[in-house]
Amino acid sequence: MTPFSLKRPTSLSEASSAFAGDAAWLAGGHTLIPAMKSRLRSVETLVDLSAIPDLDSISRDDDRLVVGAMARHAAVAASPLVKAAIPGLAGLASLIGDPQVRNRGTIGGSIANNDPAADYPAALLALDAIVATTHGTHAAEDFFQGMFTTALDEGELITSVSFRVPRASTYAKHRHPASRYALAGVYVARFEDGVRVAVTGATTAAARWPAAEAVLNAAFAPASVGMLSFESENLATDIHAGADFRAHLAGVMLREAVTSLL
Amino acid sequence: MVASLKINGALHTASVPDETLLVDWLRDDLGLTGTHIGCDTSQCGACNVLVNGASAKACTLLVATLDGAEITTIEGLGTADALHPMQKAFRTHHALQCGFCTPGMVIAGVAIAQTHGADVSVDTIRHELEGNLCRCTGYQNIVAAIAAGAKDMAGSEGARIAGSAQ
Ligand SMILES: Cc1cc2nc3c(=O)[nH]c(=O)nc-3n(C[C@H](O)[C@H](O)[C@H](O)COP(=O)(O)OP(=O)(O)OC[C@H]3O[C@@H](n4cnc5c(N)ncnc54)[C@H](O)[C@@H]3O)c2cc1C
Ligand code: FES
Ligand code: FES
Repeated sequence: MTPFSLKRPTSLSEASSAFAGDAAWLAGGHTLIPAMKSRLRSVETLVDLSAIPDLDSISRDDDRLVVGAMARHAAVAASPLVKAAIPGLAGLASLIGDPQVRNRGTIGGSIANNDPAADYPAALLALDAIVATTHGTHAAEDFFQGMFTTALDEGELITSVSFRVPRASTYAKHRHPASRYALAGVYVARFEDGVRVAVTGATTAAARWPAAEAVLNAAFAPASVGMLSFESENLATDIHAGADFRAHLAGVMLREAVTSLL
Repeated sequence: MVASLKINGALHTASVPDETLLVDWLRDDLGLTGTHIGCDTSQCGACNVLVNGASAKACTLLVATLDGAEITTIEGLGTADALHPMQKAFRTHHALQCGFCTPGMVIAGVAIAQTHGADVSVDTIRHELEGNLCRCTGYQNIVAAIAAGAKDMAGSEGARIAGSAQ
């Protein structure tokens, strides 16, 4: 790793003043540290968020569940509050990586990174989430702006994510057997005012699936989504899977999710 | 950066460059070479240690961020004369061949036992071992050893690790 200087602020205002020049936030470090070790990235200043109190809190606020940016995947998976309000979200967190990754990785780091195969972006899109930052708020749909790109400004710090609590929801994921990232992951959420579906892994960035939402709003049943496969201009092709396979796999995950919600 | 960490119960002060990884500090400065470096890319779990009772990959942690933490390495579990129940179970069930992955596997096993209890299922053990790679054994005996070790830990005084969740 290229040497850097590490700051450990204990409040948000200290954090903002510590972030100066060529700097980056450090959350769980399970994306950033590997990237720095392989010299894909280097920074002069790393601002560690782990000493700021309460940034990892999880609470219920009326029809919303608010998850602090530093909430680790393992904490979301095990939280009684998350399990009671949105069990699908707890289930998604329990499928990220492996136990050691879940013990360190955070929701803030995951969405700031916006890896095309990351799991949380699908949940944020399907659960109508709002991302709160030191600069204001972003609706999930505006926050994710394409592969590894978000609405965050330089030095803007995510403080929490609030999810709209659905009537029921679930996440179905076909994991890459080695990396455990999603080859295709589909989050389905049923609200009083309709169904929301989002896909990750299949495309270069997580996205809503309007065709699936339309048929499920007409009739919520596996038959409705029969042979549906995911159509998008941004389907991903790499050494693991081609575009056709990923589109098909998204359909399989959709049927799995819908079936498990019946 | 100066950080104070408890390593296997003893307080240490680390006065190290900010980019120092926990695994390098343990091995090179403290001489605790039981924590291995397998992949160095956060995949294999050979470097697993317990941080405040939860398993973590020491190759992906900065010492400077761990001020106040309690770390348990393989050296902190048992001694050659008095093995920890999970270490004994690995020996009894022949859960190793070359032994390179073993410290990380044993640490993962202890974390599994502490999180899921004595009657943890084989399916759960397999799911929870996804962050540990072994190039030799084919995993069967490792899974059997962790199942047995979890039972033995429940009946053993002093097998629990400080700072663990339960
Ligand atoms: C072996 C392995 C397997 C994995 N498998 C999966 C998987 O199956 N699914 C999945 O979704 N992910 C997976 N991951 C990624 C994991 O979830 C990461 O932990 C996560 O993507 C990044 O979170 P972090 O807290 O570690 O962030 P860091 O690595 O600390 O930071 C990542 C980026 O986000 C920025 N950042 C961090 N926090 C904030 C904040 N609060 N505000 C603004 N910017 C911030 C950082 O500056 C950095 O650019 C895996 C990782 C590993 C090593
Ligand atoms: S050496 Fe740390 S995970 Fe492989
Ligand atoms: S025993 Fe050789 S790598 Fe596991």
